[in-house]
Amino acid sequence: MSTKKEWPIWEVFIRSKNGLEHRHAGSLHAADAEMAMENARDVYTRRQEGVSLWVVESKHIVASNPEANGEMFAPAEDKVYRHPTFYELPIELKHM
Amino acid sequence: MELDINKLENDFQARIDAGENIEPKSWMPEKYRKTHIRQISQHGHSEIVGMLPEGNWITRAPSLRRKVGLLAKVQDEAGHGLYLYSAAETLGISRDELFHQLHTGKAKYSSIFNYPTLSWADIGAIGWLVDGAAIINQVMLTRTSYGPYARAMVRICKEESFHQRQGYEMMLTLCAGTPAQKEMAQDALNRFWWPSIMMFGPRDEESPHTEQAMKWKIKLKTNDELRQQFIDITVPQAEILGLTIPDPDLKWNEETGHYDHGPIDWDEFWQVVKGNGRCNKERLGARVKAWDDGEWVRDAAMAFAEKKEKSKEAKKAS
Ligand SMILES: [Fe+2]
Ligand SMILES: [Fe+2]
Repeated sequence: MSTKKEWPIWEVFIRSKNGLEHRHAGSLHAADAEMAMENARDVYTRRQEGVSLWVVESKHIVASNPEANGEMFAPAEDKVYRHPTFYELPIELKHM
Repeated sequence: MELDINKLENDFQARIDAGENIEPKSWMPEKYRKTHIRQISQHGHSEIVGMLPEGNWITRAPSLRRKVGLLAKVQDEAGHGLYLYSAAETLGISRDELFHQLHTGKAKYSSIFNYPTLSWADIGAIGWLVDGAAIINQVMLTRTSYGPYARAMVRICKEESFHQRQGYEMMLTLCAGTPAQKEMAQDALNRFWWPSIMMFGPRDEESPHTEQAMKWKIKLKTNDELRQQFIDITVPQAEILGLTIPDPDLKWNEETGHYDHGPIDWDEFWQVVKGNGRCNKERLGARVKAWDDGEWVRDAAMAFAEKKEKSKEAKKAS
Protein backbone atom coordinates (compact mmCIF):
# COMPACT_ATOMS: atom_id res chain seq x y z
CA MET A 1 0.00 0.00 0.00
CA SER A 2 3.01 2.25 0.13
CA THR A 3 2.88 3.14 -3.56
CA LYS A 4 2.19 6.85 -3.76
CA LYS A 5 -0.28 6.74 -6.55
CA GLU A 6 -2.16 3.92 -8.21
CA TRP A 7 -1.82 3.75 -11.99
CA PRO A 8 -5.03 5.01 -13.61
CA ILE A 9 -7.63 2.65 -15.12
CA TRP A 10 -8.05 2.42 -18.88
CA GLU A 11 -10.85 0.85 -20.89
CA VAL A 12 -9.89 -1.39 -23.79
CA PHE A 13 -11.81 -1.71 -27.05
CA ILE A 14 -10.99 -4.27 -29.74
CA ARG A 15 -11.94 -4.47 -33.41
CA SER A 16 -11.86 -8.20 -34.00
CA LYS A 17 -11.62 -7.79 -37.77
CA ASN A 18 -11.96 -5.06 -40.34
CA GLY A 19 -15.59 -4.44 -41.14
CA LEU A 20 -16.68 -4.84 -37.51
CA GLU A 21 -16.92 -2.18 -34.83
CA HIS A 22 -14.64 -1.87 -31.81
CA ARG A 23 -16.13 -3.59 -28.80
CA HIS A 24 -15.42 -3.11 -25.13
CA ALA A 25 -13.15 -5.92 -23.91
CA GLY A 26 -12.32 -4.91 -20.36
CA SER A 27 -10.01 -2.64 -18.46
CA LEU A 28 -6.50 -2.45 -17.08
CA HIS A 29 -4.10 -0.21 -15.20
CA ALA A 30 -1.28 1.70 -16.87
CA ALA A 31 0.81 4.76 -16.11
CA ASP A 32 0.26 6.32 -19.54
CA ALA A 33 -1.33 5.76 -22.94
CA GLU A 34 1.68 4.01 -24.38
CA MET A 35 1.80 1.51 -21.54
CA ALA A 36 -1.96 1.08 -21.69
CA MET A 37 -1.63 0.10 -25.34
CA GLU A 38 1.15 -2.40 -24.63
CA ASN A 39 -0.74 -3.91 -21.70
CA ALA A 40 -3.92 -4.11 -23.75
CA ARG A 41 -2.08 -6.09 -26.39
CA ASP A 42 -0.62 -8.47 -23.81
CA VAL A 43 -3.76 -8.92 -21.73
CA TYR A 44 -6.52 -8.89 -24.34
CA THR A 45 -5.04 -10.02 -27.66
CA ARG A 46 -2.81 -13.00 -26.89
CA ARG A 47 -4.66 -15.10 -29.46
CA GLN A 48 -5.19 -12.73 -32.36
CA GLU A 49 -8.43 -11.40 -30.94
CA GLY A 50 -8.08 -8.17 -32.83
CA VAL A 51 -6.69 -6.05 -35.65
CA SER A 52 -7.14 -2.70 -33.92
CA LEU A 53 -7.09 -1.50 -30.33
CA TRP A 54 -8.46 1.59 -28.61
CA VAL A 55 -7.53 2.53 -25.08
CA VAL A 56 -9.16 5.39 -23.23
CA GLU A 57 -8.70 6.45 -19.66
CA SER A 58 -11.86 5.43 -17.81
CA LYS A 59 -12.36 8.86 -16.25
CA HIS A 60 -13.06 10.30 -19.70
CA ILE A 61 -16.10 8.11 -20.27
CA VAL A 62 -19.43 9.74 -19.54
CA ALA A 63 -22.01 7.12 -18.65
CA SER A 64 -25.78 7.38 -18.38
CA ASN A 65 -27.22 6.82 -14.95
CA PRO A 66 -29.17 3.52 -14.69
CA GLU A 67 -31.31 5.07 -11.95
CA ALA A 68 -32.65 7.44 -14.58
CA ASN A 69 -33.36 4.72 -17.13
CA GLY A 70 -37.07 5.53 -16.97
CA GLU A 71 -36.93 9.05 -18.29
CA MET A 72 -33.92 8.17 -20.47
CA PHE A 73 -35.25 5.23 -22.46
CA ALA A 74 -38.97 4.82 -21.73
CA PRO A 75 -40.08 7.59 -24.12
CA ALA A 76 -39.13 5.31 -27.02
CA GLU A 77 -41.40 2.55 -25.73
CA ASP A 78 -44.72 3.84 -27.15
CA LYS A 79 -43.35 5.05 -30.45
CA VAL A 80 -44.44 2.03 -32.37
CA TYR A 81 -44.75 4.17 -35.51
CA ARG A 82 -40.95 4.17 -35.68
CA HIS A 83 -41.06 0.51 -36.70
CA PRO A 84 -41.91 -0.82 -40.16
CA THR A 85 -44.56 -3.23 -38.83
CA PHE A 86 -46.73 -0.29 -37.73
CA TYR A 87 -47.70 0.43 -41.33
CA GLU A 88 -50.38 -1.72 -42.93
CA LEU A 89 -49.79 -2.60 -46.53
CA PRO A 90 -51.54 -5.07 -48.89
CA ILE A 91 -50.17 -8.63 -49.02
CA GLU A 92 -49.78 -8.42 -52.81
CA LEU A 93 -47.12 -5.80 -52.25
CA LYS A 94 -43.82 -7.63 -52.15
CA HIS A 95 -40.35 -6.45 -51.31
CA MET A 96 -41.09 -3.46 -49.11
CA MET B 1 -36.75 4.64 4.46
CA GLU B 2 -37.10 1.04 5.67
CA LEU B 3 -39.84 0.56 3.12
CA ASP B 4 -37.69 2.02 0.35
CA ILE B 5 -34.91 -0.49 1.00
CA ASN B 6 -37.42 -3.32 1.01
CA LYS B 7 -38.83 -2.21 -2.29
CA LEU B 8 -35.36 -1.81 -3.81
CA GLU B 9 -34.40 -5.27 -2.60
CA ASN B 10 -37.57 -6.82 -3.96
CA ASP B 11 -37.11 -5.13 -7.32
CA PHE B 12 -33.52 -6.31 -7.35
CA GLN B 13 -34.54 -9.91 -6.66
CA ALA B 14 -37.22 -9.67 -9.34
CA ARG B 15 -34.62 -8.59 -11.88
CA ILE B 16 -32.42 -11.53 -10.98
CA ASP B 17 -35.34 -13.95 -11.07
CA ALA B 18 -36.19 -12.64 -14.54
CA GLY B 19 -32.69 -13.57 -15.66
CA GLU B 20 -31.44 -10.01 -15.95
CA ASN B 21 -27.78 -9.27 -15.30
CA ILE B 22 -26.75 -6.74 -12.71
CA GLU B 23 -24.34 -4.09 -14.00
CA PRO B 24 -21.86 -1.95 -12.02
CA LYS B 25 -23.88 1.22 -11.66
CA SER B 26 -27.22 -0.37 -10.89
CA TRP B 27 -28.50 -0.41 -7.35
CA MET B 28 -27.58 -3.58 -5.46
CA PRO B 29 -27.88 -4.69 -1.84
CA GLU B 30 -24.71 -3.96 0.10
CA LYS B 31 -24.36 -7.65 0.88
CA TYR B 32 -24.51 -8.57 -2.80
CA ARG B 33 -21.73 -6.08 -3.49
CA LYS B 34 -19.58 -7.28 -0.61
CA THR B 35 -20.09 -10.95 -1.40
CA HIS B 36 -19.02 -10.29 -4.96
CA ILE B 37 -15.94 -8.33 -3.98
CA ARG B 38 -14.96 -11.23 -1.74
CA GLN B 39 -15.66 -13.94 -4.28
CA ILE B 40 -14.24 -12.21 -7.36
CA SER B 41 -11.09 -11.05 -5.57
CA GLN B 42 -10.56 -14.50 -4.08
CA HIS B 43 -10.92 -15.92 -7.57
CA GLY B 44 -8.46 -13.35 -8.95
CA HIS B 45 -5.95 -14.02 -6.18
CA SER B 46 -6.15 -17.74 -6.97
CA GLU B 47 -5.19 -17.06 -10.59
CA ILE B 48 -2.25 -14.92 -9.51
CA VAL B 49 -0.95 -17.14 -6.71
CA GLY B 50 -1.62 -20.14 -8.94
CA MET B 51 1.20 -19.02 -11.21
CA LEU B 52 3.75 -19.77 -8.50
CA PRO B 53 3.63 -23.59 -8.26
CA GLU B 54 3.69 -23.91 -12.06
CA GLY B 55 6.22 -21.15 -12.62
CA ASN B 56 8.47 -23.27 -10.43
CA TRP B 57 8.90 -25.69 -13.35
CA ILE B 58 9.13 -23.44 -16.41
CA THR B 59 12.94 -23.37 -16.48
CA ARG B 60 13.05 -27.14 -15.97
CA ALA B 61 10.51 -28.18 -18.59
CA PRO B 62 11.80 -31.31 -20.36
CA SER B 63 11.48 -29.92 -23.89
CA LEU B 64 10.97 -26.67 -25.74
CA ARG B 65 7.45 -27.81 -26.72
CA ARG B 66 6.51 -28.27 -23.06
CA LYS B 67 8.21 -25.04 -22.10
CA VAL B 68 6.36 -22.78 -24.54
CA GLY B 69 3.08 -24.47 -23.61
CA LEU B 70 3.59 -24.02 -19.89
CA LEU B 71 4.85 -20.47 -20.31
CA ALA B 72 1.75 -19.56 -22.33
CA LYS B 73 -0.48 -21.19 -19.75
CA VAL B 74 1.08 -19.33 -16.84
CA GLN B 75 0.84 -16.10 -18.81
CA ASP B 76 -2.87 -16.79 -19.34
CA GLU B 77 -3.32 -17.18 -15.59
CA ALA B 78 -1.82 -13.71 -15.11
CA GLY B 79 -4.39 -12.46 -17.62
CA HIS B 80 -7.19 -14.25 -15.76
CA GLY B 81 -6.12 -12.54 -12.56
CA LEU B 82 -6.27 -9.18 -14.32
CA TYR B 83 -9.73 -9.77 -15.84
CA LEU B 84 -11.01 -10.68 -12.39
CA TYR B 85 -9.39 -7.77 -10.57
CA SER B 86 -10.94 -5.46 -13.17
CA ALA B 87 -14.35 -7.00 -12.53
CA ALA B 88 -13.90 -6.55 -8.76
CA GLU B 89 -12.89 -2.92 -9.26
CA THR B 90 -16.23 -2.17 -10.92
CA LEU B 91 -17.73 -2.71 -7.46
CA GLY B 92 -15.79 0.20 -6.02
CA ILE B 93 -12.69 -1.38 -4.53
CA SER B 94 -9.24 -0.26 -5.72
CA ARG B 95 -6.54 -2.54 -7.10
CA ASP B 96 -4.19 -1.47 -4.30
CA GLU B 97 -6.77 -2.38 -1.69
CA LEU B 98 -7.29 -5.79 -3.35
CA PHE B 99 -3.58 -6.49 -3.12
CA HIS B 100 -3.47 -5.18 0.41
CA GLN B 101 -6.16 -7.68 1.43
CA LEU B 102 -4.24 -10.53 -0.17
CA HIS B 103 -0.91 -9.55 1.32
CA THR B 104 -2.26 -9.15 4.83
CA GLY B 105 -4.11 -12.46 4.68
CA LYS B 106 -7.54 -10.84 4.87
CA ALA B 107 -8.46 -12.21 1.44
CA LYS B 108 -8.01 -15.89 0.69
CA TYR B 109 -7.04 -17.76 -2.45
CA SER B 110 -7.70 -21.35 -3.42
CA SER B 111 -6.00 -23.77 -1.04
CA ILE B 112 -4.86 -26.01 -3.85
CA PHE B 113 -1.96 -23.64 -4.50
CA ASN B 114 -0.56 -24.24 -1.04
CA TYR B 115 0.55 -27.70 -2.09
CA PRO B 116 4.10 -28.09 -3.43
CA THR B 117 4.98 -29.11 -7.00
CA LEU B 118 7.61 -31.75 -6.34
CA SER B 119 8.03 -33.31 -9.78
CA TRP B 120 7.41 -32.50 -13.43
CA ALA B 121 4.40 -34.83 -13.33
CA ASP B 122 2.77 -32.47 -10.84
CA ILE B 123 2.57 -29.89 -13.62
CA GLY B 124 0.67 -32.41 -15.73
CA ALA B 125 -1.61 -33.27 -12.82
CA ILE B 126 -2.32 -29.59 -12.15
CA GLY B 127 -3.29 -28.87 -15.76
CA TRP B 128 -5.48 -31.95 -15.87
CA LEU B 129 -7.10 -31.84 -12.42
CA VAL B 130 -6.80 -28.31 -11.07
CA ASP B 131 -7.65 -26.57 -14.32
CA GLY B 132 -10.25 -29.28 -14.92
CA ALA B 133 -11.93 -28.46 -11.61
CA ALA B 134 -11.62 -24.74 -12.30
CA ILE B 135 -13.32 -25.19 -15.68
CA ILE B 136 -16.36 -26.88 -14.09
CA ASN B 137 -16.74 -23.99 -11.67
CA GLN B 138 -16.07 -21.32 -14.27
CA VAL B 139 -18.46 -22.69 -16.88
CA MET B 140 -21.19 -22.39 -14.27
CA LEU B 141 -20.08 -18.84 -13.50
CA THR B 142 -20.49 -17.67 -17.11
CA ARG B 143 -24.19 -17.50 -16.16
CA THR B 144 -23.67 -15.69 -12.87
CA SER B 145 -25.83 -12.62 -12.28
CA TYR B 146 -23.13 -9.94 -12.08
CA GLY B 147 -22.37 -8.82 -15.64
CA PRO B 148 -18.64 -8.00 -15.39
CA TYR B 149 -17.95 -11.27 -13.56
CA ALA B 150 -19.92 -13.31 -16.10
CA ARG B 151 -18.10 -11.65 -19.01
CA ALA B 152 -14.70 -12.28 -17.42
CA MET B 153 -15.71 -15.93 -17.10
CA VAL B 154 -16.62 -16.22 -20.78
CA ARG B 155 -13.19 -14.91 -21.73
CA ILE B 156 -11.47 -17.18 -19.22
CA CYS B 157 -13.37 -20.30 -20.26
CA LYS B 158 -12.28 -19.79 -23.87
CA GLU B 159 -8.68 -19.94 -22.68
CA GLU B 160 -8.90 -22.71 -20.11
CA SER B 161 -9.41 -25.70 -22.32
CA PHE B 162 -5.88 -25.52 -23.66
CA HIS B 163 -4.62 -25.52 -20.07
CA GLN B 164 -6.30 -28.77 -19.27
CA ARG B 165 -5.32 -30.39 -22.55
CA GLN B 166 -1.63 -29.53 -22.20
CA GLY B 167 -1.69 -31.02 -18.69
CA TYR B 168 -3.48 -34.16 -19.76
CA GLU B 169 -1.11 -34.60 -22.70
CA MET B 170 1.83 -34.46 -20.27
CA MET B 171 0.20 -37.20 -18.22
CA LEU B 172 -0.41 -39.28 -21.36
CA THR B 173 3.24 -38.97 -22.34
CA LEU B 174 4.45 -39.98 -18.89
CA CYS B 175 2.03 -42.90 -18.74
CA ALA B 176 3.28 -44.18 -22.10
CA GLY B 177 6.88 -43.86 -20.93
CA THR B 178 9.12 -45.95 -18.70
CA PRO B 179 7.74 -47.59 -15.54
CA ALA B 180 9.51 -44.89 -13.53
CA GLN B 181 7.76 -42.16 -15.53
CA LYS B 182 4.39 -43.81 -15.10
CA GLU B 183 5.11 -44.12 -11.38
CA MET B 184 5.78 -40.37 -11.32
CA ALA B 185 2.40 -39.70 -12.92
CA GLN B 186 0.65 -41.98 -10.42
CA ASP B 187 2.41 -40.27 -7.54
CA ALA B 188 1.28 -36.86 -8.78
CA LEU B 189 -2.31 -38.10 -9.05
CA ASN B 190 -2.08 -39.55 -5.54
CA ARG B 191 -1.08 -36.21 -4.11
CA PHE B 192 -3.35 -33.96 -6.17
CA TRP B 193 -6.58 -35.97 -6.26
CA TRP B 194 -7.97 -35.13 -2.84
CA PRO B 195 -6.91 -31.45 -2.83
CA SER B 196 -8.53 -31.14 -6.29
CA ILE B 197 -11.91 -32.42 -5.19
CA MET B 198 -11.69 -30.18 -2.12
CA MET B 199 -11.42 -27.20 -4.50
CA PHE B 200 -15.21 -27.13 -4.75
CA GLY B 201 -15.38 -26.15 -1.09
CA PRO B 202 -17.09 -27.61 1.98
CA ARG B 203 -20.00 -30.02 1.76
CA ASP B 204 -23.40 -28.42 1.18
CA GLU B 205 -24.44 -29.01 4.81
CA GLU B 206 -21.45 -26.99 5.94
CA SER B 207 -21.75 -24.24 3.40
CA PRO B 208 -24.06 -21.69 5.04
CA HIS B 209 -23.84 -19.08 2.27
CA THR B 210 -24.99 -21.40 -0.49
CA GLU B 211 -28.69 -20.61 -0.17
CA GLN B 212 -28.30 -16.85 -0.50
CA ALA B 213 -25.70 -17.30 -3.25
CA MET B 214 -28.13 -19.43 -5.25
CA LYS B 215 -30.95 -16.95 -4.70
CA TRP B 216 -28.82 -14.16 -6.11
CA LYS B 217 -27.51 -16.44 -8.86
CA ILE B 218 -23.95 -15.92 -7.70
CA LYS B 219 -23.83 -19.70 -7.86
CA LEU B 220 -26.05 -21.91 -9.96
CA LYS B 221 -24.96 -25.25 -8.54
CA THR B 222 -23.95 -26.35 -5.06
CA ASN B 223 -20.43 -27.39 -4.07
CA ASP B 224 -21.40 -31.05 -3.92
CA GLU B 225 -23.10 -30.95 -7.32
CA LEU B 226 -20.00 -29.45 -8.92
CA ARG B 227 -17.73 -31.92 -7.14
CA GLN B 228 -19.82 -34.85 -8.36
CA GLN B 229 -19.75 -33.50 -11.90
CA PHE B 230 -15.96 -33.27 -11.73
CA ILE B 231 -15.54 -36.80 -10.40
CA ASP B 232 -17.88 -38.26 -13.01
CA ILE B 233 -15.92 -36.59 -15.80
CA THR B 234 -12.47 -37.34 -14.40
CA VAL B 235 -12.69 -41.03 -13.51
CA PRO B 236 -12.85 -42.20 -17.15
CA GLN B 237 -9.95 -39.86 -17.97
CA ALA B 238 -7.83 -41.60 -15.34
CA GLU B 239 -8.80 -44.94 -16.88
CA ILE B 240 -7.51 -43.84 -20.28
CA LEU B 241 -4.22 -42.96 -18.63
CA GLY B 242 -4.14 -46.32 -16.88
CA LEU B 243 -3.82 -44.63 -13.49
CA THR B 244 -5.60 -45.47 -10.26
CA ILE B 245 -7.51 -42.80 -8.39
CA PRO B 246 -6.38 -42.99 -4.74
CA ASP B 247 -9.83 -43.67 -3.30
CA PRO B 248 -10.61 -47.31 -2.48
CA ASP B 249 -14.31 -46.46 -2.04
CA LEU B 250 -14.66 -44.97 -5.50
CA LYS B 251 -17.17 -46.96 -7.53
CA TRP B 252 -19.85 -46.54 -10.13
CA ASN B 253 -23.35 -46.43 -8.70
CA GLU B 254 -25.77 -47.90 -11.21
CA GLU B 255 -28.77 -46.47 -9.38
CA THR B 256 -27.71 -42.84 -9.17
CA GLY B 257 -25.75 -42.84 -12.41
CA HIS B 258 -22.80 -41.28 -10.60
CA TYR B 259 -19.58 -42.37 -8.95
CA ASP B 260 -19.68 -42.77 -5.17
CA HIS B 261 -16.55 -41.60 -3.43
CA GLY B 262 -14.93 -42.12 -0.05
CA PRO B 263 -14.86 -39.61 2.83
CA ILE B 264 -12.96 -36.38 2.30
CA ASP B 265 -10.48 -35.29 4.96
CA TRP B 266 -12.03 -31.93 5.84
CA ASP B 267 -9.60 -31.43 8.71
CA GLU B 268 -6.84 -31.18 6.16
CA PHE B 269 -8.92 -28.73 4.13
CA TRP B 270 -9.51 -26.41 7.08
CA GLN B 271 -5.90 -26.65 8.19
CA VAL B 272 -4.72 -25.42 4.79
CA VAL B 273 -7.39 -22.70 4.69
CA LYS B 274 -6.21 -21.51 8.09
CA GLY B 275 -2.69 -21.11 6.78
CA ASN B 276 -1.08 -24.34 7.91
CA GLY B 277 -0.58 -25.93 4.50
CA ARG B 278 2.89 -26.85 3.31
CA CYS B 279 3.40 -23.77 1.16
CA ASN B 280 1.12 -21.04 2.59
CA LYS B 281 4.01 -18.97 3.92
CA GLU B 282 6.15 -19.43 0.85
CA ARG B 283 3.36 -18.44 -1.57
CA LEU B 284 2.30 -15.35 0.27
CA GLY B 285 5.93 -14.44 0.91
CA ALA B 286 6.66 -14.57 -2.83
CA ARG B 287 3.66 -12.34 -3.58
CA VAL B 288 4.56 -9.75 -0.98
CA LYS B 289 8.17 -9.70 -2.13
CA ALA B 290 7.17 -9.18 -5.77
CA TRP B 291 4.89 -6.32 -4.73
CA ASP B 292 7.47 -4.65 -2.50
CA ASP B 293 10.33 -5.10 -4.94
CA GLY B 294 8.19 -3.65 -7.73
CA GLU B 295 7.26 -0.52 -5.86
CA TRP B 296 10.04 1.65 -7.28
CA VAL B 297 9.09 0.54 -10.80
CA ARG B 298 5.46 1.50 -10.29
CA ASP B 299 6.42 4.86 -8.81
CA ALA B 300 9.00 5.57 -11.49
CA ALA B 301 6.54 4.78 -14.30
CA MET B 302 3.96 7.10 -12.77
CA ALA B 303 6.50 9.89 -12.23
CA PHE B 304 7.71 9.52 -15.82
CA ALA B 305 4.15 9.64 -17.16
CA GLU B 306 3.45 12.80 -15.18
CA LYS B 307 6.66 14.41 -16.38
CA LYS B 308 5.81 13.65 -20.02
CA GLU B 309 2.31 15.04 -19.52
CA LYS B 310 3.70 18.25 -18.05
CA SER B 311 6.19 18.84 -20.82
CA LYS B 312 3.43 18.24 -23.37
CA GLU B 313 1.33 20.90 -21.68
CA ALA B 314 4.27 23.31 -21.49
CA LYS B 315 4.87 22.89 -25.21
CA LYS B 316 1.20 23.59 -25.94
CA ALA B 317 1.32 26.75 -23.82
CA SER B 318 4.45 28.18 -25.39
FE1 LIG C 1 -7.17 -19.50 -14.95
FE1 LIG D 1 -5.98 -22.29 -16.18
